[in-house]
Amino acid sequence: MSPSPSKMEQYWKKNLQTLAILLFIWFIVSFGCGILWVEELNSIRIGGFKLGFWFAQQGAIYAFLVLIFVYVVRMNKLDKEFNVNED
Amino acid sequence: MDLLAWTYLLVGLSFALYLGIAIWSRAGSTEEFYVAGGGVSPLANGLATAADWMSAASFMSMAGIISFSGYDGSVYLMGWTGGYVLLALLLAPYLRKFGKFTVPDFVGDRYYSNKARVVAVICALFISFTYVAGQMRGVGIVFSRYLELPIEWGVVIGMAIVFFYAVLGGMKGITYTQVAQYCVLIFAYMVPAIFISMQLTGNPIPQLGLGGDVAGGVPLLDKLDGVLGDLGFADYTSGTKSIPDLFMITLALMVGTAGLPHVIVRFFTVPKVKDARLSAGYALAFIAILYTTAPAIAAFGMYNIIESTSEKPIDQLPEWVQNWQQTKLIQIEDKNGDGTVQYLADPASNELRIDKDIMVLAGPEIAQLPDWVVGLVAAGAMAAALSTAAGLLLVISTSISRDLFKTFRPEISDKKELRIARLSAAGAVILAGYFGINPPGFVAEVVAFAFGLAASSFFPVILLGIFSTRVNKEGAIAGMLTGLVFTISYISYFKFVYPELNTAEHWWWGISPEGIGSLGMALNFLVCFGVSWLTPAPPSHVQQLIQEIRIPKGAGKASNH
Repeated sequence: MSPSPSKMEQYWKKNLQTLAILLFIWFIVSFGCGILWVEELNSIRIGGFKLGFWFAQQGAIYAFLVLIFVYVVRMNKLDKEFNVNED
Repeated sequence: MDLLAWTYLLVGLSFALYLGIAIWSRAGSTEEFYVAGGGVSPLANGLATAADWMSAASFMSMAGIISFSGYDGSVYLMGWTGGYVLLALLLAPYLRKFGKFTVPDFVGDRYYSNKARVVAVICALFISFTYVAGQMRGVGIVFSRYLELPIEWGVVIGMAIVFFYAVLGGMKGITYTQVAQYCVLIFAYMVPAIFISMQLTGNPIPQLGLGGDVAGGVPLLDKLDGVLGDLGFADYTSGTKSIPDLFMITLALMVGTAGLPHVIVRFFTVPKVKDARLSAGYALAFIAILYTTAPAIAAFGMYNIIESTSEKPIDQLPEWVQNWQQTKLIQIEDKNGDGTVQYLADPASNELRIDKDIMVLAGPEIAQLPDWVVGLVAAGAMAAALSTAAGLLLVISTSISRDLFKTFRPEISDKKELRIARLSAAGAVILAGYFGINPPGFVAEVVAFAFGLAASSFFPVILLGIFSTRVNKEGAIAGMLTGLVFTISYISYFKFVYPELNTAEHWWWGISPEGIGSLGMALNFLVCFGVSWLTPAPPSHVQQLIQEIRIPKGAGKASNH
């Protein structure tokens, strides 16, 4: 049985909200911290790293990883909630 | 055992492993040939995607590129990993739900048009061919450097191996060999990195060693900034590229990554939508191990090279410098005749020329590791080149047998289609090998092409195909063609027609050809929207299709119907 159109619309809206939040963070950690504000962040130091440089060559990648796994968990929950999961 | 014997042994063992897997997992139907029967576990698919994605260039050259460009090299690190976020969130789950075999399949069905399908096939073929020629060349180079064979022989042996498991095994054979290839390549990459990190900084984790202190208690990165500055180079931790250019290149690489057909197709091989999401996460995790180690290798390599050569007497250089001088990857010319090496930014007085591949290839010797590690690195480089080549060849053969042949001759049987798929894979291997032996002069330039085209053609129409119900076939075709023509023209103009004008003051808004795919993508979006609004909405069965791919429920295996 397929879900009702209004339920479908709600599911899709929540999905888009999730995407908007995660992609906003995606933009901030890479284009923001790694490129646009790199000079400012470089004045902060963590160990032997300048923070802006660390974001560009390390931090952004770790953040990407976390984003995907957050998405996986969040969508699995959403799928169950709206009963559109596969099992 | 000497070095050459170890190299032969380890490369030979890895090849035997790949061939064994190919025989064990050969494909019996088109479904197995195209998408491995749709039964690959998310973890295996993540491993295979990582090997598929990381090419000879990622393995051998990326660390070196970062060594010589410092902060500017970050565009590759962020660009080639950030694309997986787009892939996981915006494309992979929906394309998996759509449930067919190829990217042109999706474009053709969603835009209810064989014209759109053919445009997509042309893009897929162009992207994959430019890419695969470079991989075959990479195989040849590894052979010639490590096994002391001519490049041509290397390419032929590489062709034979790929031929065997791609033609026989199709996607099924490729998937499981790629899993093995990932393990070989990551082990080969990490072992020297860990030892070098320990020697230089006392920290066995290269990602932390990069921020560690070197001899004298100075942080490695500060030391590099200082030393390079003294020699006239730009600071290691701050680049020379403009912010708009960095921005556009990173964006083009990210979006291009998400639009590459040989990466997308890997997500058709898992059983469920949620597996597609999860395996994108696994893929990035496995890729990130190498991509976060590369900048460490880059900095360690640069530090080691300067410490062991700069202002040192030419006849007392370390043994590894002398070894690699024989292969011409390190060249020293005593211009001022003082008997010492001057490494300087000014090309007129610089006496040291280093190939970028040195940072990875000479790693084991710099760290004074045993000979078998050198053999291991050779096997790793080979694994990286072969796995990517195989993935690309599969896209080429699928495009021909399924997207062109089957579309226009739908009555052919599964068995016949499989034979055509195998034949076109064979043809593609031979053609790729030809280009590997006789590389077109522009091999180094084609990376910009492949990513620019993927970004400006595929990505926008797939994205809009999922997230908009209003975009129609007229919009998609016009958008793809605009993005394609614009990007090809801009890159060709600066790379082939007027290479002497390829400098920042001639570029549009300071955007280099590497970053122009971002602008092509924006144009594609605009044209696609504009034309769609002026023409009728897609028919109701397409609206229905879009609603269906948006929910995971009911995803069967990838199928022909």
